[in-house]
Amino acid sequence: MIISVASGKGGTGKTTIATNMALSIANAQLLDCDVEEPDSHLFFDMDLEKVEDVYLSVPVVDNEKCDYCQKCSKFCQYNAIAVLPSDILIFPQLCHGCGGCTLVCPKGAITEEKRIIGIIEGGGSDGVEFYHGMLNIGEPMATPIIKTLKKKIDKEKNAILDSPPGTSCPAVETIRGTDFCLLVTEPTPFGLYDLKLAVEVVQHLAVPFGVVINRDGIGDDRVEKFCMERDIPVLMKIPHNEDIARLYSNGQPFVLEMPEWKEEFVRLFNVIQRGDAK
Amino acid sequence: MKQLTIISGKGGTGKTTITAAFASLAENAVLADCDVDAPDLHLILKPDIKETVEFSGLKIAAIDKEKCIDCGKCTDYCRFEAIDEDFNVVNERCEGCGVCEYVCPFNAIHLVDRKSGFAYLSETRFGPMSHAVLNTAEEASGKLITLVRNNARVLANKSNKDLIIIDGPPGIGCPVISAISGVNLVLIVTEPTLSGIHDMERILGVASHFKVPAVVCINKFDINPGNTRLIEKYCAENGLDVVGRIPYDETATMAMIQEMTVVEFSENEFSNNVKKIWENINYYTGKCSENVTINGDY
Repeated sequence: MIISVASGKGGTGKTTIATNMALSIANAQLLDCDVEEPDSHLFFDMDLEKVEDVYLSVPVVDNEKCDYCQKCSKFCQYNAIAVLPSDILIFPQLCHGCGGCTLVCPKGAITEEKRIIGIIEGGGSDGVEFYHGMLNIGEPMATPIIKTLKKKIDKEKNAILDSPPGTSCPAVETIRGTDFCLLVTEPTPFGLYDLKLAVEVVQHLAVPFGVVINRDGIGDDRVEKFCMERDIPVLMKIPHNEDIARLYSNGQPFVLEMPEWKEEFVRLFNVIQRGDAK
Repeated sequence: MKQLTIISGKGGTGKTTITAAFASLAENAVLADCDVDAPDLHLILKPDIKETVEFSGLKIAAIDKEKCIDCGKCTDYCRFEAIDEDFNVVNERCEGCGVCEYVCPFNAIHLVDRKSGFAYLSETRFGPMSHAVLNTAEEASGKLITLVRNNARVLANKSNKDLIIIDGPPGIGCPVISAISGVNLVLIVTEPTLSGIHDMERILGVASHFKVPAVVCINKFDINPGNTRLIEKYCAENGLDVVGRIPYDETATMAMIQEMTVVEFSENEFSNNVKKIWENINYYTGKCSENVTINGDY
């Protein structure tokens, strides 16, 4: 079973749900796919070890062979190559690593080298097998790291994927192909607006989904009304609670301090696993 | 014309609440919402849209099924796994590179424009606003952000405004890089949680990598005084100025529900602190140079 935890909006409690669920259920694997700002590991007492580097293949030009014909720069959709009358410039951070320039070069002047854009790290604690990806500072492209990270999913386990915020490439890459998506929201106008966007994404990807309302009580009832109208199951509500907020701020998963919540997460997982949540 | 971007690394720290408050305090500014993935600023500023521009980001491959003989060359060469086993293009994976078009022996594939979203030029009760919405599951949010920023400059020139206030996206990747490159100052909004501190350190790394000056404000500073001290210590050790602290307060949520900025909604400790931060920010933007180049287009 692979469950993604997403939200559209940042700061709604994705990491809270993902970490606490992983700690509550058996045979769990937790993958933090928010590779721009991975935070899940802060909630565990564990040592992370590097598992692998993540590379993009970027072009290298042999100036001896290049005759500055500009075929490569005209082909490149990302403006990653500029050809001057007697020189050629590569902008590695604009390169998506498609390999097109190598293919179109008539002189065989372009080869590729691997450029590290981030790493995958892994560890384990409290029975949870953990991995996350970490995008290097200054690098724009998060998606290749998420793709590499998702290869760590063990089909024999219950994998929980903590998604990045937003509704574009990194979030889509995380949610795609998961068995179920938990959309975490908060009962505010911002939460509702971003939930609507997230719902469009999961529906587009045809992933079954349900909603968790976090900080229940702080806002109004528009999120619940929206879910009711659209027949979207609200699977759990976590009240706005100072103790939970304080534990979060110190990097402590609240199920460890409030064991009654552990049962709630097991119940939530069972509902999803049985397929009752559609 | 000067540009200020509000960022945080971590989502949900209060970027939009603070940006909206600044909008109601600024006297001569254009507002820009560069969180095109999940734009929220319009929920408070209620822009009146004057002009809509369709946005096409990267292109997308289209396969002509009449010509395709399922030879599989495109799938062999595509590095993004964007063509499935039935030879359909997986929209969200296609990066529009054109390799499939190039290798197809039967001329069955062409790159076509992909409609990725809309950019808007609007008017609000606090002045002009540039914003956009990226279609869900679309690519190229960085390019759309560059468009929003260019539109903001057009609006500023047209209406003689001397400041652009940009609500930035979360994270540290391409959208953030597009939203901060070449601006005069970034305000990093953080919160005293371990995640908040961790994310602030990473976003500061990005600001310094792109040589953009940064200042910090701590939202909800009273939810964990120990962590607030850690942030202040970290900033002091790294030569960063903390321009203000804001207490945890339900004013922000209540104002949001009323579609008001916190400054409009009430005059209390919360809004007074935001006002002080705004005054401090004006001091910093006043000091920074006018020479700005926009080079962000990822």
